[in-house]
Order: sequence, then structure tokens, then C-alpha cells
Amino acid sequence: MSAPGHTGGTAPARAAPWNDPAIRAIAFQLLLLAAVLYVGWMLYDNTTTNLAKRNIASGFGFMEQPAGFQIVQSLIPFSSADSYGKAFLVGLLNTALISAIGIVLATLVGFVVGVARLSKNWIVARMATVYVETLRNIPLLLQIFFWYFAVLRTMPSPRLSISPVDGIFLNQRGLYLPAPVTEPGFWLIPLALALGIAGAVGVSIWARRRLMATGRRFRSGWTGLALIVGLPVVAAVAAGLPLHWQLPELHGFNFTGGIVLIPEFMAVLVALSLYTASFIAEIVRGGILAVSKGQTEAASALGLPHGLTLRLVVIPQALRVIIPPLTSQYLNLLKNSSLGAAVGYPELVAVFAGTVLNQTGQAIEVIALTMAVYLTLSLIISAGMNWYNARKALVER
Amino acid sequence: MSEPHVFTPTPPQPPPSSLVGPVAWIRQNLFNGWLNSLLTVVALYLLYLTVPPIIDWALLSATFSGTDRSACAGSDGACWTFIKVRWGQVLYGFYPEAERWRPNLVFFAGLAGLIGVVPKTRWRKWLAGFLLLPYPVAAFILLCGGVFGLPSVETARWGGLTVTLVVAVTGIVASFPIGVVLALGRRSNMPIVRSVCVVFIEVVRGVPLISVLFMSSVMLPLFLPEGVNFNKLLRALIGVTLFTAAYMAEVVRGGLQAIPKGQYEGAKALGLGYWQAMGFIILPQALKLVIPGIVNSFISLFKDTTLVAIIGIFDLLGIVQAASKDANWLGLETEGYAFAALMFWIFCFSMSRMSLRLERKLDTGHRR
Amino acid sequence: MKLTTRMLTAGAVLAFGAHAAAAATLDDVKAKGFVQCGVSQGLAGFGAPDDKGHYSGLDIDVCRAVAAAVFGDATKVKYTPLTAKERFTALQSGEIDVLSRNTTWTLNRDTAQGLNFAGVTYYDGQGFMVRKSLGVTSVKQLDGASICTETGTTTELNVADYFGTHNLKFNIVALGSNSEATAAYDSGRCDAYTTDASGLYSTRVKLANPDDHIILPEIVSKEPLGPAVRQGDSQWLNVVKWSLYAMIGAEEYGVTSANVDDMKANSKNPEVRRMLGVEGEFGAPMGLSNDWAYQIVKQVGNYGESFERNVGQGSPLKITRGQNAQWTDGGLLYSPPFR
Repeated sequence: MSAPGHTGGTAPARAAPWNDPAIRAIAFQLLLLAAVLYVGWMLYDNTTTNLAKRNIASGFGFMEQPAGFQIVQSLIPFSSADSYGKAFLVGLLNTALISAIGIVLATLVGFVVGVARLSKNWIVARMATVYVETLRNIPLLLQIFFWYFAVLRTMPSPRLSISPVDGIFLNQRGLYLPAPVTEPGFWLIPLALALGIAGAVGVSIWARRRLMATGRRFRSGWTGLALIVGLPVVAAVAAGLPLHWQLPELHGFNFTGGIVLIPEFMAVLVALSLYTASFIAEIVRGGILAVSKGQTEAASALGLPHGLTLRLVVIPQALRVIIPPLTSQYLNLLKNSSLGAAVGYPELVAVFAGTVLNQTGQAIEVIALTMAVYLTLSLIISAGMNWYNARKALVER
Repeated sequence: MSEPHVFTPTPPQPPPSSLVGPVAWIRQNLFNGWLNSLLTVVALYLLYLTVPPIIDWALLSATFSGTDRSACAGSDGACWTFIKVRWGQVLYGFYPEAERWRPNLVFFAGLAGLIGVVPKTRWRKWLAGFLLLPYPVAAFILLCGGVFGLPSVETARWGGLTVTLVVAVTGIVASFPIGVVLALGRRSNMPIVRSVCVVFIEVVRGVPLISVLFMSSVMLPLFLPEGVNFNKLLRALIGVTLFTAAYMAEVVRGGLQAIPKGQYEGAKALGLGYWQAMGFIILPQALKLVIPGIVNSFISLFKDTTLVAIIGIFDLLGIVQAASKDANWLGLETEGYAFAALMFWIFCFSMSRMSLRLERKLDTGHRR
Repeated sequence: MKLTTRMLTAGAVLAFGAHAAAAATLDDVKAKGFVQCGVSQGLAGFGAPDDKGHYSGLDIDVCRAVAAAVFGDATKVKYTPLTAKERFTALQSGEIDVLSRNTTWTLNRDTAQGLNFAGVTYYDGQGFMVRKSLGVTSVKQLDGASICTETGTTTELNVADYFGTHNLKFNIVALGSNSEATAAYDSGRCDAYTTDASGLYSTRVKLANPDDHIILPEIVSKEPLGPAVRQGDSQWLNVVKWSLYAMIGAEEYGVTSANVDDMKANSKNPEVRRMLGVEGEFGAPMGLSNDWAYQIVKQVGNYGESFERNVGQGSPLKITRGQNAQWTDGGLLYSPPFR
């Protein structure tokens, strides 16, 4: 490694300029910079020349034009009269939705399977191993196709829906759930929930202070839970249950009303969660194994009960090992959600880099914007996890 | 003097029957405590629900004979006839039948070379050299044809496992040198070099492969001067290579960071320049450390090759999917996907085992 | 070794910063010895590979006609299968010389996307296919239905327009490719499948039981399908345009692949004599030999022959001529005069 600062003073006679590492480093970097700029300019020049010569429109003006198509799943109202810009937003929200739910599911399944792999129960441990080794060695796209094309085919038509409980229907068009409909007076419940959360936070701060001051423990967790659950329940009863459920009903071809989880969403979500969970399971297993046995033994020597040992000794240390690779799994999940495009789940790549690109033909703007979005989301997730990691990291004293 | 007393120990008693034997094993591993017993029962029930139907579908009731759909009529099991009939396409896509010896030759030569390189023989270095330089060139000529009297085969006709392997192997081999350069650049003292490398690596790692593939399939052609264009497979290869290079750079960086500072200083003390130090001292050690990481990158690349199906290249998954859309074989997606899954699984699982073995083997060499 | 040469060229061009000379497409095609034709990945009757990878179809015949006109040999074509998404870029970037892939001629594509359409091979319109068991006889009964389509096509827009104007609700499921959309429809994900009517016929014969499905009578849009070339090369545009018109004109004048030699020798019709190159010099201004149209009809056949062979009564699709009949028979096909 050349260190520019160290060379000049110690040499008895100055080396020739082409032999001086400092000068060479500068020259080399200038050359690289020039090359990068040159290639950049080349690409820009070629592209603009090509676009102009072939009379292809450019610029982001198209974002305000009406889209003219509809989108099967949208978190915000969207019609074909809305702009391409709004279609972009719909795709972005769908990506965020499936990534967020996928991350939660994958984490839950991954932790369960990871712990199961370490189970003393032979069958459970073996089953977890088979799960991990099977799912992580099969391409995700193949798994998505499987859930979409092969499993969907076995589902019944809407008229013959599977209905385990009244109001819940499963068929080829998706999973239909009752939708909550609010009535006047509903605002009390979120208010009570907010109060409950605030109260729980307050209690836990107070309990910690008291623990530090007097050494007496207070079960702040249960009190907090009671506040968070109890207050809204009390509020709901007081307001006369201002909520009813709108059941999906078979109407013509399809069910209407209620909430529908479309098959594309379900297939991508299931495949994405189960696939990522197989990697998370390995990370969790590795994290737990990384906590040395001495720690557990020391904890029991101190007289800590098993539950407290786990909570106060094993898990905090395991988390430190788990979090960095977990972050990259979350990032992978976000990026992999783009495979939804393959089965028509209307996420960002399908809607924007798919339909919008095709309708407008402006490949450069569309792809560049799509990539920028993923890059930003990735940076946000990794910043968030770095923050969490910094909090959990060992504070060396 | 009497005979010295010889201590004869009484033969050890066999352990109590509650501690050995299958019954004891079952008790200790499956039914120690009510929670474990419950788990075992639930697990056994789940296995009972899933395994027998799968075995029945895939093997017992499955159809293997015949050459068309009618062979499978009246059977509830899998219709493997479908795979059998399409076997040629699964391996080669639309590669002309008369020319299929060419991908075969490339594959087996590569495989033989890889196997031959593992044991420590005199020929090892020569073989490795052959695999690194003449082999890819020969493979390229052999697959494309058009010279030496070999009929030309357009890449649009390649498909199946051939394309999957071509993309994965080219991707990993071509991305390796780029990855090494990027990793060195990222650890360089020169600010501009470092920033260029960091920006490239982080941008590529922050976007999904599919957007890189879209870029190479619909944007790259517009970047190039008029009259210059690459064919679709080559463009996909460029995309895959750049994408993998960023990940490869991070793997190599891990290796570089694991080399103790003394090695760098030692190299400098010997008066070696930067490239000499890297080439003779640091990289040989670092690369050896990251071989398992490279194999892991290869596994994920191998799985990611399926994404080229989305931009219309018929890799293994693409060809299976296309085949299950054939009028005569509609409704056999499950068989197609199950088969493709099995093939991918065999490749990936054996490579991951190999990576584990390598890890253990290399680990012992470095334990201090 | 073409790849290597191309890579080297690209490298050289990048290195020296020169724009490669933009040769006229016709000279380019003549120099490389074949026409690179962008086609469908598989639409039976219009452009689809058989299980050996050989392409055939109405769109394919246009490619072959162009090759016959340029080289006098209809086999000098190479096909690049393209998805709907990449078809325009492939043409814009010069990867293909002509795009003949059931592509709808629209204002936006013809002006803002760098393409020029060379004519119409098939007058089409968007239709809907449903299962017979639904008992539906009109698109207007599809209120609330789920509809499968391929993304990146005009069909996605037309559905929204049509259902919007008729105040009907619908769920659109837009899949990545034609075959995926078909598979989703076939698996029951959708009540209806929509694409150009020609595509519906082509898809229906590929379903397990074609008779279980009907194509609804409403045609909700105009979909003139035709070959397209890059903007800014009028010579090549003319070659493609007139190759197509030669096929259409030949049918009008009763010239077929069977009687073309006889017609060339004996026809008294001056129009036929000019078309087949017996009178006048009509090939040269396009940069073609004088028997260009003769070669097309001889090797590919006239439009009617190609139609019957690929999508008409001689094929599993059994599409009737309808709008695609000659103007003399009440259809829309009309070739400008060969004069």
C-alpha cells in the first residue's frame, strides 16, 4: 500500500518523479478520473445521439400523463385516468407492503426454525434441517412459480370456495377476509391505544429508575401489556363497539366487499418469506451457538433462572452476532420482492419498469428511477439496522 | 511371601436398560418432558400428512412410460413422461440435435478438469492453467461454432441446463478479476480510486438483479454507438458479471481484511512495491481464505441465473416453463417445477457441501 | 466468432470515441448476408418455433419475403425471439433489422418511440375469451370479472377504456408474457382472457379442450398489426413496405407461387408485368434486383396463400378472412399500384 505522506521526507535524494509513489498515485488517480468521466460522457453522448437520431422522446414529462391502465392491487385509490407518476407510487407502496410483511413473517419463521434446529428433540431438529437445506437450495423464482402456477391450480373456483369460518373464503381469486368498517365514535379506540402505549412507556421508565435506585423489580412488561390492550378494549366497550365487519359476498363472478389478498400477493409473500426464513434460521442458529457455554453456566451459577438467563444473557449476546447478517437478509428480501413482476404482482418493477416502460418506451428514465428507488430503500433499511446494531453493540468500558 | 494380590476388577455392569438401546434413545431424544413429547407427536403427525402423499404422487402412482400425454391418463400420480419426452430440450434448449455433442464435450471436459485439479499431482498447475485460459476460449468456439467447419449455432437457440451453466460459470469466472480489482480499490489509500470502487459496489449491491438485467436488455443497446450491438445472451452475461463482481469484491475484501497487518508491513519491509506485495504476499493468502465465500457466491449466482427467464432467455427454468405451456402437456406445471427444483437442488446442495468441506480443510491450515 | 468481432468493434468504438458509421440498413443487410428479424417468442400461426426451433407463421412470412426481395433467397433470415418489453429497444438499437411480431401500429409508437410501421399484415381487434360454462355471451356481462392479459401491450389500455366507458368494474391481472397469461387463465385465475382476436384463436387451439372456450363477439379496439423498422432509413422502410405490398398485390392479381412462372412469361396484364419485373425498372430505386417481387411470390407465396397456410383453413386456427380479405372482396387489404 502506498502511503503518500511518508515518502518525501525520509528519502535522502529525491527519486525521479515517475518513481515517486505520491506523484504516481496522483497521476494514476487523475487518469482513472479521466477514464471514468470519459466513459460517462461517451455513454451520455451516445445515448443522446441515439435518442435524437431515432426520434425517441426523453425526459420525465411522461410522469404527468394519464396512465390509461388499471392496477389489480392498490393501497391508494387509482384509476386509469391517474398519471404515470401515481402508478409509480402505487407500485412503490405495493413493494413496501410485501417487503414489510415479508420481513416480519420471514423473521418469525426463521427464528422458530433456527431454534428448532438446535432442539434436543431429534425429529424436530431433523425436520428443521430438511426445511433449511431444501428451501435455500432451490431458486426463489422457481418457488414463486410453484406457489403461483402449481398451487393456484389446485384451488377451487369462487363458487366452491373453501370457507373455514363464515366470512373467510379461499379460492382461485385469492383469500377474502372480512373488512373492518368504522362507525362514529371509533376515534376513541386509537386514542386509547396511544394513551396505553404512552402509559406503558412511562411505567417501564419508572420501573427501570426504581430498579436502579432501590434494586426492587417491578413487572413493567405485564403492566404495559395490560395498559396497551386494556385501555382500547375499555374504550371500545364504552363507545358501544363502534366497529363492524363487512363480509365478502359472492356477487356475479367474484366476491365483493371485505379485504382480498390476491393470489399474486399470496404466492410471492409465501415464497419470499419461506425462502428468506431458511437463511434467517441459519443466522439465528449461528448466533445462538456463538454464545459460549460458559456464559450460560455463569448465569446459572449466579442463580439466574432459565428464562432470565435466556433473556438477559444469551439473547442479547446472540443478537449482536445475528443483526449484521440479518440486515443483509432484509435487504435481499426487499430486492427479491422485485421477482413479483414474474407472476404479475403489481410491485414497482412490474408496474413501473414493466407496464409504464412499455407504454412510454422511455427505458432510460424508467429503469434509472427504479434503480434509484431500490437504492434509497436499501440505504434506509441498512441505516435503520445499523442504528439498532449500534444500540445493541457491546459497550466497551 | 504369598503371591502378590492381583487386583481383578469385576467386569463392568451393563448400563441399566433405561439408558441404552433404541427405547432409551427414543425416550431421551423424543419424549423427555411433556413439551418434547408434544412436539414429537405434532411433528410425526405433520410427517404423516405430507410424506406418504408426496411419495405416492412422485413414485408409486407416477407414470414413467409412454411418449405422449395419453400414457398418463387415469393416473393420479406425477406424469414424468412429460420430462422424459422433453429431456433433450431441458438439457440443450433448441440446440440442433446433430450438434449436441458440443455442449456435452464442453461440460465433461470442464468437469473432468475440475475433478483433476483437486488432488495434488504434478499436472495440477498445467490443468489449472488450461482451465483458466484455453478452456473458456475453446468452449466458446465449440458452443458458437462458425469456424473450423463447425456449423454456427446462434445463441437464441441455446437453452436449458446449457444456458444455466454458461451464464453461471461465465458470470463467476469473469466477475472474479473485476471483483479482485474492486476489492483492492476499495482498500486503497487513494481517495478517488476508493470512492469510485465504493460507489460501484454499493450501487450494484443496492439494486435487484432483475433491474440490472432489464438495464442490460433494454438500456444497454441505447448506450452503445449506432451499429454496435451485442446479442441478448451476451448482454445478459454482461449484466450478470457486473452484478456478481460487486458481491465478489465484498467477499475478497473480507479475505484482505483477515490478513494480519504484519504481512503488509513485512512485504513493505522487503522492499516490494504495491503490486508485488499484493501479487506475491497478500492476495495468495487472502484468496485462499475466501474460497468458500466464492463457492457460496457461485451458488447464489447459480440460483439467480433463473432470472434470465424473465428477460426471455430459456434457461433451465424458462425451458421447463415453456414446455409446460405446450398444448399437449398443459396442467403439468407441478411436474415441471418439481423436476427443475430437484435439478437445482442437486447442484446447489452438492456445491454447498463442497464449500463446507473446503472451509474445514482450509481452516485447519490457518489455525494458529 | 461474430460475438468476438462485435465485442472488439464495441471496444474499439468505446476506446476511440467514434460513432460507428451508420450504414444504410439495406447495405448492412446485404453485407452480412441475412435479415435479422425480431419475432414473437411463440404465437401459433403468426410466429412460433416448432419443437426443433424452426419458425413459421404469417409474421415470419413477412421476414422471409424481405429476404427473398433482398437476396432472392427466402431462407436468408435469422430470427430473434423478443418479449413485448424488449421488442422496440431491439429495433431501435439495431439488434434487429425488422420487427415482425404482432405489433399494433399506433400514433405514439410511430412517432415518439423511434419506429416506422411499414404496413398492415393483419387487421385485428381486441377480443375476449371466456369459458363456455360461464354462460356469458357478451363482454357487457363481464361486470366484476377478473381478466388476464399480457403486460406491456395496448390491450391493457383498451380494457380500461372499454370497461370505463361502459361503466363496468373489472380486475386486471397483467402477467409478464402471453404464455403466462394463458396459463393463469387456464388455471382459473381469471374469468376472461383478452388479447388481439388473432391471439385468442391462436391461444385457444393450444388449450387442453378448445371447445370449452368461446370468443365473445365484441371487438373493443382497432389493432392493425404490421412490421416496423427504425426511423430515418426510408430506403429500408420502402423495401419492407413493398415486400408486404408485393404479397398483397400478387393475391389481388391472381399471381400465386404455383403460377408465377407462367404469369411472368405469359401475362398480358401490365400491372403484373411491372410487378414481376418484366417491364420497367422498379427494383433499382429500392436497391433491389428487378425480379424482387417475383422471388417473393415464388418462394413465399402471395398474401392469401400465406394466410391460409398459417392462420386460415389450412391451419388449426381456422380464422376466416373477414377484414383481411382483399378490398375487391369487401376487405381492407389494398395494395397501391405497381407503377
